[in-house]
Amino acid sequence: MNQLQNFSKGFIKENPVFTLFLGLCPTLGVTTSAFNGLGMGLATTFVLLMSNIVVSLVKSFIPDKVRIPSFIVIIASFVTIVELTMQAYLPSLFDQLGLFIPLIVVNCLVLGRAEAFASKNNFLSSAIDGLGMGLGFAFALTLLGGVREVFGSGSIFGFKFIEGDGMLIFVLAPGAFIALGYLIVLIKKLQKA
Amino acid sequence: MAKTKSSLINMLLTLVLVTAISGLVLGFVYEATKGPIEKSKLAKKNRAIENVVPVFDNQPVAEKFGVPMDGDTIVFYPAKKGGEIVGYAIETYTKKAFSGTFKLMVGLLPDGTINNIAVLEHKETPGLGDKMEKKKSEWSVQFNGKHPDSFKLMVKKDGGDVDAITASTISSRAYCDAVIRAYNAFKKGGKK
Repeated sequence: MNQLQNFSKGFIKENPVFTLFLGLCPTLGVTTSAFNGLGMGLATTFVLLMSNIVVSLVKSFIPDKVRIPSFIVIIASFVTIVELTMQAYLPSLFDQLGLFIPLIVVNCLVLGRAEAFASKNNFLSSAIDGLGMGLGFAFALTLLGGVREVFGSGSIFGFKFIEGDGMLIFVLAPGAFIALGYLIVLIKKLQKA
Repeated sequence: MAKTKSSLINMLLTLVLVTAISGLVLGFVYEATKGPIEKSKLAKKNRAIENVVPVFDNQPVAEKFGVPMDGDTIVFYPAKKGGEIVGYAIETYTKKAFSGTFKLMVGLLPDGTINNIAVLEHKETPGLGDKMEKKKSEWSVQFNGKHPDSFKLMVKKDGGDVDAITASTISSRAYCDAVIRAYNAFKKGGKK
């Protein structure tokens, strides 16, 4: 597989949300607006990129039996870095995402890529895989957040274009499942075409 | 490169090394972000204080004092202009919220009239209870300029004067509860 395919597979073909169904907890939880989805997606992208790089660099030093705890410590460190940095320099975004940032640690996507890809591939492929998968995740979250924001609040990225409240259910949790379901149908259709 | 064997000593060494390096890096990042985090928290508090009291020229955060209330402490930020008290920003809370607790910053004039109220943090339902935020709806404006002695701080359903948020009576009740707590603390200790 060449590097371009390695990068682009995260968007449609192996999209973490729509195809691999990884990391659904933050996906359903934070996507009440497009901006929140994007913020969460980019935070996860950073963690995924850094953890893939580090895991691919240290993979041969880590004995097999303790690889999972080692990976988790590496991932948790990067998540804490993101959390502290966001709290310091992007306090308004942190207020929105606060609770979900620590949960990136247990996002199956990050550990999944570390275990399934970075621990078997070289530095460059792992970095590209992390970046592609992360951006694919960000893309999925922004898309889902955008759909929920348009139907639920009548706005996109905070710009209101419909007066009034919109369909409340899209902002609440059930709306996340409904919107995600229809988006998956759409993506599956695209993949077949 | 050959894979390290899973012997006890290797596993121990690896885990110690991995955690030690992570700990070092995190300690460094923590030190580096400590200042900015405190600054942004202070800026947020100052913004909330500015929102709820008339124009002031002192440092309310530096002059804060606490009033004991219901086994807890309610923090007062006195706003002064030219040495005269122009209002108090009172950090209050309620435990009667729909989910968890929420915190309000209530601005009272020296005679107890509500000047303005800002929501500091809450976990109420998006689209319903979060209408108490200024940027979501005009609901909380009804409190401005009212005096808690003449304006009964209870939702109309309970015999008060407050219009509840549609479909969020619990959030509205909790909001009133927080404001009442601020006013009671004010009566108790604010008039120094």
